[in-house]
Amino acid sequence: MTITTLATLAADLDSGKRSSVEITQDYLNRIKHSDHNAFISVNEELALTQAKSADEKRANGDSSPLLGVPVAQKDIFCIDGTQTTCGSKILENFVAPYTATVVGNMQSQGVISMGKTNMDEFAMGSSNETSYFGGVNNPWRSTAKGYENKNLVPGGSSGGSAAAVSALLAPAATGTDTGGSIRQPAAFCNLTGIKPSYGRCSRYGMIAFASSLDQAGPMTHTAEDAALLLNTMVGFDAKDSTSLNVPAEDFTASLNDSLEGLRIGLPKEFFGEGLDSEMATIIETAVKQFESLGATIKEVSLPNSHLALPSYYVIAPAEASSNLSRFDGVRYGFRAEEYSDLDDMYTKTRSEGFGDEVKRRIMIGAYALSSGYYDAYYSQAQKLRRLISNDFTCAFTECDVIMGPTTPSPAFEAGSRSDDPVSMYLNDIYTIPANLAGLPAGSIPAGFTSNGLPTGLHLITPYLQEAKMLNIAHKFQQTTDWHTRVAPTAIGGSQ
Amino acid sequence: MALDNETVQTIARLARIKIDQSDVDKTRASLENILDLVAQMEAVDTSGIEPMTHPFDATMRLRADEVSESDQRDRFQAIAPSTERGLYLVPKVID
Repeated sequence: MTITTLATLAADLDSGKRSSVEITQDYLNRIKHSDHNAFISVNEELALTQAKSADEKRANGDSSPLLGVPVAQKDIFCIDGTQTTCGSKILENFVAPYTATVVGNMQSQGVISMGKTNMDEFAMGSSNETSYFGGVNNPWRSTAKGYENKNLVPGGSSGGSAAAVSALLAPAATGTDTGGSIRQPAAFCNLTGIKPSYGRCSRYGMIAFASSLDQAGPMTHTAEDAALLLNTMVGFDAKDSTSLNVPAEDFTASLNDSLEGLRIGLPKEFFGEGLDSEMATIIETAVKQFESLGATIKEVSLPNSHLALPSYYVIAPAEASSNLSRFDGVRYGFRAEEYSDLDDMYTKTRSEGFGDEVKRRIMIGAYALSSGYYDAYYSQAQKLRRLISNDFTCAFTECDVIMGPTTPSPAFEAGSRSDDPVSMYLNDIYTIPANLAGLPAGSIPAGFTSNGLPTGLHLITPYLQEAKMLNIAHKFQQTTDWHTRVAPTAIGGSQ
Repeated sequence: MALDNETVQTIARLARIKIDQSDVDKTRASLENILDLVAQMEAVDTSGIEPMTHPFDATMRLRADEVSESDQRDRFQAIAPSTERGLYLVPKVID
């Protein structure tokens, strides 16, 4: 079994070797045979209709690069006429009346949506275990004695998307990243996951968690695929007030540029206490690899990075408590069956509709924003956010890219951390700073632990330098084969 | 950071979330844990630092005051829990 990239599928479609209907049907069959719980819903009929239409368009001369390629969409994106749950009971029966701009952009390029992937409820989680629709099985397994048959988490919140691509149920998927929700599951499942600069991808139709941090991005096997998919996702959107109006660029254009003279910065704060020692060795080895490509490595410092987690756990819950106030049982979604008055209806609807982690974060946010606490919490967190952002500005005067581990440890056993929210939050300690600063960041496969678990190399580049990051990732993947390894419980794949 | 159970219930009421009496201690403990994490912020002197609300410090874009959306009330109300004659129904507020 080998991985199949978007680039390969696009070439097969272009040469006429396979049709979109054949490819899509193949993936739909694999999804049927999977027990990863990676999908919340699959729309076979719609996918095949789109595939048929893509084949017709291609026959009529349309040559959009990903025309007819099927992907999976995180169930946070609204698609007109399709169930969109955000992993929550409160939206279990919600059928979106409009389509997210990111999905609309992909559709206009002929990309096919096969279904909606599982996720932590409202994207709040790092293990996919807060989903109302159940956890997701990581396609990777530990080979350590006694762990061979144990299920590991795929990471989160885009855990279903990560598992779907890693298990070869879809060649690529979309994710969203508020504090690491693309990069951490990509690291846990041996994928390439890119969080673009804040504002690159429209947030319209992407169910909001923390509006000043949320950003959509691609989850793929390779950097080349990430560039191809990102090309179809981005673009200015008047419907998102924070959408960036920047010239369109082709993220594949500079993939093969030389890395001669590239300056890599390693922040000492990303290699300190809390990092698994085997992980540290793997990441250092991966970074060394870039020297043979002409790069130089130097230590840099992000002195305020220890404040990222505390400030994030004010800013994200505060924005979430505001955003999630719209779930009141009036206009859409679940409404409690019995209530005595309007206030009771709101309260019962929300208490029965939200899971524990979502309630917890809403309450933290409500507290941080409540009268008398705003300055001590929200305002202070936003000031720290500026210090964290300034650290990056300063570091990027000395280097072109910052590297480190994506996560402090590899994928962990299901159920092992769900009782302690703060220990779960520590998963995102290296990924959160880039969200706070709005910088593009990504995770690429960096090698395996002695127990056979994937690890992720984390890349952060200056504003709008996604193309540079993808170039760096692509060159690394030209000299390594970690990204081509197939997970033990993957289904199908090219024989 | 210590909270009392009364404060937990006040926060829950603000958030329109009901905490059963039997769960208050557990909820209080987990909120305290998170607030302990957050408390690391207090040690930093941020006087003179401008709060950062947007990564690019962009301001809200304005658009021309023109109608840009069509009426889709029927479509949007089709997914509402309870409507009548184009209105959303909720329990009676005034007797």
